[in-house]
Amino acid sequence: MHDMSTQAVHHHEPTTFIRKHVFSLDHKVIGKQYYALALVAVLTGMVLSWIMRLHLGWTNLAIPGLHFLSANGAPGDVMTPEYYLQLMTMHGTIMVFFVLTTAPFAAFGNFFLPIQVGAEDMPFPHFNMMSFWVTFVAFLVLISSFFVGDGPSLGGWTQYAPLSAVGAVGGPGEGLGTLLWAASIGIFCIGQLLGSLNFITTTLDLRVKGMSMMRLPLTAWAWFITSCMGLTAFAVLMPACILLILDHVAGTSFFVPSNLVINDQLQPHSGGSTLLWQHLFWFFGHPEVYIAIVPAFGIVSHVLITNMRRPLLSHRVVIYSMGAVAVLSYMVYGHHMFVSGMNPFSSLAFSFPTLIITIPNTIVVLIWIGTLYGSKLRINTASLFALGFISMFVSGGVSGFFLAQPSIDIMLHATYFVVGHFHMVMAVAAIFGIFAGTYFWFPKMTGRMMNETLGRIHFWLSFVGTYCIFMPFHYLGLAGNVRRYQAFVADYMQPLIPVHRFITVAALFTGAAQVIFLYNLIHSRFWGKPAPDNPWEATSLEWSTATPPPFDNFGGKHPVVYHDPYQYGVKSSVGDYVMQTSPEQVATVSEEK
Amino acid sequence: MGKFFAVTIIVIAIASAIPILRHTWDPPQDISTHGALIDRQTEETMAEAGIAFLAAQFILAIFIWKFSGRDKDAKITTFPGGATGLVVAGFLLVGTEVLALGVFGVKAWADVYFTPPSANAMPIQVQAGQFAFYFRYPGPDGTLGPLHPNLINEANENFFGLDTTNDADSKDDIVTAEMAIPVNREIHLLMHSKDVGHSFFVPELRVQQDFVPGLDLSLHFTATKIGKYEIVCTQLCGLGHYNMKAYLYVYSQEDFDNWLKKEAAMQ
Repeated sequence: MHDMSTQAVHHHEPTTFIRKHVFSLDHKVIGKQYYALALVAVLTGMVLSWIMRLHLGWTNLAIPGLHFLSANGAPGDVMTPEYYLQLMTMHGTIMVFFVLTTAPFAAFGNFFLPIQVGAEDMPFPHFNMMSFWVTFVAFLVLISSFFVGDGPSLGGWTQYAPLSAVGAVGGPGEGLGTLLWAASIGIFCIGQLLGSLNFITTTLDLRVKGMSMMRLPLTAWAWFITSCMGLTAFAVLMPACILLILDHVAGTSFFVPSNLVINDQLQPHSGGSTLLWQHLFWFFGHPEVYIAIVPAFGIVSHVLITNMRRPLLSHRVVIYSMGAVAVLSYMVYGHHMFVSGMNPFSSLAFSFPTLIITIPNTIVVLIWIGTLYGSKLRINTASLFALGFISMFVSGGVSGFFLAQPSIDIMLHATYFVVGHFHMVMAVAAIFGIFAGTYFWFPKMTGRMMNETLGRIHFWLSFVGTYCIFMPFHYLGLAGNVRRYQAFVADYMQPLIPVHRFITVAALFTGAAQVIFLYNLIHSRFWGKPAPDNPWEATSLEWSTATPPPFDNFGGKHPVVYHDPYQYGVKSSVGDYVMQTSPEQVATVSEEK
Repeated sequence: MGKFFAVTIIVIAIASAIPILRHTWDPPQDISTHGALIDRQTEETMAEAGIAFLAAQFILAIFIWKFSGRDKDAKITTFPGGATGLVVAGFLLVGTEVLALGVFGVKAWADVYFTPPSANAMPIQVQAGQFAFYFRYPGPDGTLGPLHPNLINEANENFFGLDTTNDADSKDDIVTAEMAIPVNREIHLLMHSKDVGHSFFVPELRVQQDFVPGLDLSLHFTATKIGKYEIVCTQLCGLGHYNMKAYLYVYSQEDFDNWLKKEAAMQ
């Protein structure tokens, strides 16, 4: 095969600190920068969730020091109703955009995609650098809303119009706060569009000799499919944010209809459509769910295969399933809008693809479990998190059967059932994917091993804790507990408050367990045991180069690929595997025709 | 470690299923004519999803138990049927399941949304606004007067923007802050929002419908049990969202007539 990696843009190793570590063009540094950003974001989002959970358990509880964050939002350290909604909006936005999108996709993808295809770097390093810094600016803009005017937006991460479009009259944070939200997400979209372009081009154009598409590891496939989704989904969200900004600053009425009366004042808008926002938002929003989870599919497959010491029952089926999920993700978005007032026939049209999308997802899970059969499973922190992902993804996935049906959605829409569903299937599952990736790739990224004992303790507390938090959410939803409430004043919700208290305690414990991870991460980064080049006896290209990889990834050489990505369970000179770059001829299992 | 993990998964799976099997947190009792279909659909889905959940977790746990920490020389074997068998199984099992759920679910949905209200359904208008519901009954003339949003004035209690001086139809309209309906009589709910998005959710009635500013939507239902229930807002509408609720009273026809007379006298 033609060696396409020579077409890469060559750039020289920087010598100054700024070009090396700050405005770096090196995809590996950019990957780590994304990871660091995601880490800061996830800690912020988690602290916000603690404060919210404390408030939900004990509404009048004074949380010491909260007034430092906002004197108006928490007078006497007791949270106001509007401040709860503001923290909730920030929690959702930070987690979905700056954690679940950046960590599994932008962080790991940046670091490992070029290495896994055998390239020296991404084809457009300047765009790549820009994508991170634009994302960083987007994060700062979002966080700045904590400190301006009457605080951040309170409209939820979905920012339904017209609440999000009428400005300050809608409530605290709905003026400048929402404007900053829309600006932040608009900027974020630019970063992801640039990143997606780079990922797609890297995969298509920079593969080394011998690296056919079917020889790409599943992580590379996952990032490639995700970037195709990113390119189309963020291209819709960005203009939606621009229109929202125009409704605020330019007197337009894209999302605000005529004759609205707020605070006894007739609003100066006419002719807009509130459902237009929902259509635009969810056309992005549902693919976004898969933008978070498909990279985790790739990571979990990659980690599990290595630790099962055998290839998956079918490499192709998993690739096709991920592709099917990506295509279907655009046809299902209307299931967020069953009770929105759109034509009830549309609900059925959106219901069937939603039910059908469970088929490729189920097939991926069946392939994982089926491959587990008869394998030589190695238990380590990375594989525990990967297996935990499967358990979590199944638990969150089955509740999708309910929400996919418009008739059942009448009862479950906007309840904690939905909150439980998406936290398990998308948020926590993706986070488990990120953890699996971190424990697996940390040696390659830093040159040091993470502490395995601390890793396992972290896993056990996280796994059990997560179930304790999110399973009861489903029960609350079945009982009709509405989400996005800062207190449960309805008579029928009062008996549910003890369940909320249980969840709060579980959330505090599980959150505290993450300190172990943080300690392990930082301590191992500086004082961990030095890592060998291939500690897991793995086969893909990232393990064939030095640890950590040199600036140009392969030390001036262009690797040549001889094998399918996962040649485990074979007899070779190095053991039960043969690396993709090894010319050694062994009896291999091949799907490549 | 693998065996311990397998046991943990099984314990979690069983513990998760117990509250469902014991009906610890069921939805409130259904008081509608259409709710039984929704409940049955939910129960069937629960059975299928529950089996899928338990089966997947158990098999995952069993395989982890069996195949973790094996000898270095242990032989790798392939799952009977291989990938093809699993793909076919995935298509057949899940495909049949989702098709059945989808097809049967249509009936429950159609019952609510595809059948128009009957001709003698009683019209009641509901307006959602930050952070209260208001209801309007047509009065003896059976007609609701037109709305004038520019006349809305909470201080004067003109919540709907009615012009009772000039609009003859509005003069006898009855505006209330609580909703009352007669039992076993179909209600045709005419919904609009005056400001932002809201939603109308009565768990016992098995109805939930968003208010969409700019759209006039409608909903119809029949309550079958006398009692006091709660209407709550489920669409994030601002700082008072959590507290946006109203009571729904289901009365006998006689009690309802008396209630309406009393409310009419207070206008």
